Amino acid sequence: MLVDQVRIRDMLIPVLGVVTDIRADTPDVKTFRVNAPGGGVCFAHMPGQCAMLSIPSVGEAMFSITSSPTNTGYMEFSIKKCGCLTDWLHQMDVGQQIAIRGPYGNAFPVETALRGKDLLFIAGGIGLAPLRSVINYVRHNRENYGKVDIVYGARTADDLVDLEEIKTEWDRPGDVNVHLTIDREQQGWDGNVGFVPNFVKSLAFAPDRTALVCGPPIMIKFVLAALTEMGFEKTQVYTTLELRMKCGIGKCGRCNIGSKYVCKDGPVFRCDELDDLPDEY
Amino acid sequence: MQRISELIRTRAGELLESGAADQILGWENGGLAYDPTPAFFTADNVAGLVYNSFCGINLSKYLIEKTKGKESGKVAALLKPCDTYSFNQLLCEHRIDRDKVYVVGVGCSGMLDVEKLKARGFKGIKGIDEKDGRLTVHTLYGDKSCPKREVLMERCISCKGGGHVACDEVVGEELTPDAAGNRFAGVEKLESLSPDDRFDFWRGELSRCIRCNACRNACPACSCNKCVFDNSRSGMAAKANSDDFEQNMFHIIRAFHVAGRCTDCGECSRVCPQGIPLHLLNRKLIKDVNELYGDYQAGAAPDSRSPLISYTQGDAEPDVIYERGGAR
Amino acid sequence: MQKLPVSRLPELFARIDGMKSLYLPVSAGGRLQFGRWTTGTAYDPSRMNTVKSAKDFFFPQSEDLVFFRSKGKELSITEAKDPAEPFVLFGVRACDAKGLEALDRVFLSDPVDTFYAARRENGVVVTMACAEPEETCFCGAFGVDAAEPGGDVAAWLAQDTLYWQSRTDKGDALTAALEDILEDADQRDQGAFAAHKAAIKAILDDLPLNGLSLEGFGGDALEALFGSDKWPALSQACIGCGTCTFVCPTCQCYDIQDFDTGRGVKRFRCWDSCMYSDFTLMAHGNPRTSQVERFRQRFMHKLVYFPANNEGMYGCVGCGRCVAKCPAFMNIVKVIRTLGVNAHAR
Repeated sequence: MLVDQVRIRDMLIPVLGVVTDIRADTPDVKTFRVNAPGGGVCFAHMPGQCAMLSIPSVGEAMFSITSSPTNTGYMEFSIKKCGCLTDWLHQMDVGQQIAIRGPYGNAFPVETALRGKDLLFIAGGIGLAPLRSVINYVRHNRENYGKVDIVYGARTADDLVDLEEIKTEWDRPGDVNVHLTIDREQQGWDGNVGFVPNFVKSLAFAPDRTALVCGPPIMIKFVLAALTEMGFEKTQVYTTLELRMKCGIGKCGRCNIGSKYVCKDGPVFRCDELDDLPDEY
Repeated sequence: MQRISELIRTRAGELLESGAADQILGWENGGLAYDPTPAFFTADNVAGLVYNSFCGINLSKYLIEKTKGKESGKVAALLKPCDTYSFNQLLCEHRIDRDKVYVVGVGCSGMLDVEKLKARGFKGIKGIDEKDGRLTVHTLYGDKSCPKREVLMERCISCKGGGHVACDEVVGEELTPDAAGNRFAGVEKLESLSPDDRFDFWRGELSRCIRCNACRNACPACSCNKCVFDNSRSGMAAKANSDDFEQNMFHIIRAFHVAGRCTDCGECSRVCPQGIPLHLLNRKLIKDVNELYGDYQAGAAPDSRSPLISYTQGDAEPDVIYERGGAR
Repeated sequence: MQKLPVSRLPELFARIDGMKSLYLPVSAGGRLQFGRWTTGTAYDPSRMNTVKSAKDFFFPQSEDLVFFRSKGKELSITEAKDPAEPFVLFGVRACDAKGLEALDRVFLSDPVDTFYAARRENGVVVTMACAEPEETCFCGAFGVDAAEPGGDVAAWLAQDTLYWQSRTDKGDALTAALEDILEDADQRDQGAFAAHKAAIKAILDDLPLNGLSLEGFGGDALEALFGSDKWPALSQACIGCGTCTFVCPTCQCYDIQDFDTGRGVKRFRCWDSCMYSDFTLMAHGNPRTSQVERFRQRFMHKLVYFPANNEGMYGCVGCGRCVAKCPAFMNIVKVIRTLGVNAHAR
């Protein structure tokens, strides 16, 4: 099922990728489809892992791979426009070749701790991107997992990423339950209105689930508080962190939180592990 | 030195007690005989304040951060005469809030350069005593001795003299080092070389540069919020010299950026781990400014204007470079 | 063990340089650094403290990784050439040799850094016992014995004799290649050799920074130290220049940058410093915005995080370069003394 990893000399040396599709998701998020020049994916990965994309002399940065590894046809990245490199990527045309290297980081424990569990995905804004990889992996291997609920919110309906896919493919009440929310009333939106943490509380999930949370730091903080209130233990909650990264392999010393490197020991952390780390992220 | 040190400590205590200052900026002992560290003191720890012949560090730059915020506390800063020039220059550039600083001038008869001691083979230094212009250095390999004037810092050999140019009080007497050198001797020597020899000299020195940024960070004239070498959009931001050109350009650019504002405090050369005589670059530009625009000492007064930012009718014309520049 | 009369050192150097490029401490501008040996380069055993450590040879300040060329939408990627020059480092201090072990832990752990690995493979480290340690030395605190240095070959220079002891396979190979010039040491030499080591140990015991205690540090000390209220006072003199990180034998933080040469883009890696304000700067924020936090990070890394990840091995070897070179005279000794459980004052 998984494509053989392309043999590369050193994990710092990139390979060629070509952008075969660009889809505008929201006013500032685009999803880029990357293929190896001969087709297929540039390398294999597990859900939650990331890759370094770069445009020579513009910059290089770490992005989470939003497509599931069960998709062997291409790799996707949902990228928000917020700096030098991402600005350039947003102006790029289909057919552009880029430099790509990876995969980096640990993955969500989809084959171990998460198997057989009832899952609760909680995402905010662009934070859906890393979780989408897990969600599609779970959907592809549906029988290995229990109940699946996805709570996803953004500031406005226009900021919801992958909305098309969510509506047409994910939303299967009874099988995969999707709960969307936006921060404030908006014309044309008849779904829930309210911040994600409050929405989660109102949905009153039983605390026997495993939760996977990703979004802006402030959202994560309040979601964790809400989950704790609902009776969730920190050992049942996973999240993914993000710091500035350069090497991706835990050697350049930049992305550490205490003795852990986000690029190597993370970006996926269980919330009880975070308690052991200094408050420096 | 012992006596003046005690005087300063006592005075510091008085200033704190009377509320004239909330903190004292001075030095505290390090772990060795020659490494006093800049430190801020309050009544709790003012007993640890020291002042000795190794207090070469220019404390004025620490006042930028200290007086930046909204807190109204006052810092009493111990400044040697050369430090006060940097202090004035920083006032000119509105980098320090004068109202938050109480300048305590401390007399200086010259600071010692530990590298000069090491160059004499004095290693394993455990302690240093000073008496009547002579140093006795106690080392792991026996006691050594030398005249103090022979191991003074380069900047002290050509001390500007004239005491403090900014202070609210002076503790002890004004002193002057026992040395009277020509400030531009080193520059004149280089000017007398052929261009090729001069280039070789600088390549020999600058090829050792490791871009550690000690010179820039220690320099009171370098206080830009976003240094051009830290700005990825400047085209010159690099953390390592990729080639000879960059090794040279960092220093030449920096010398030009501080030209007219450099007070010749000598910190750049003191802090360079590779012992590159950076002060020669800056002194060359000072000499040029003196020749082209009339003698000028940056930081002599808190409102002095550098000739490079003030136009007068007698200024040298741009075509003067054809007489001076290039091969000479 | 082998030996060689000091008078034959130039011959030894010439022989080694004939096989692999030889580098040893040479004087430059009044400071010491590792430089290429040439005929006539004298070796002064009393001067061993190079400004920069030996890490340069394995982890250079600047190193090309890859080259890019773009034409329209197409991109080509060419790997940088292998740094294949075999070399020998002579006169490496025991602390620097230990520093290489710390770097090995980082670069040779999975996934292996092939650039570092290739240089490490190509380099033979000949250490020298420090006959005259300096007042800034405190290698003993970190388990380094200056009288018994590591490396591939350990050497001692006692009066007129160079003693030579291979420590690894690589050292064996070099020794074998020099067997016609090196003599075997015998019983009579043992006496002089032992006396030399004893003399070194006596000096080590007398160092001003001797007896520095590491109690209170280590992989488990995170909670105790991270929140200490002593960090602000400790860091107030720090000017954030990064000199300490550049002269340190174990610091290995690096940056990866692109340089447009005009005929293609060169991607290289270069030393970086956690002391710099933009080290952790991201598009949306910076977890360490003050010098206090950056200062704390450096020392927590060396004294807590590194041991936590490397079975207790500290990220410091006591070489004393930070003590000698910090413009504001801050250093790890002061941090250890201020935060340690048993502050040792002398």
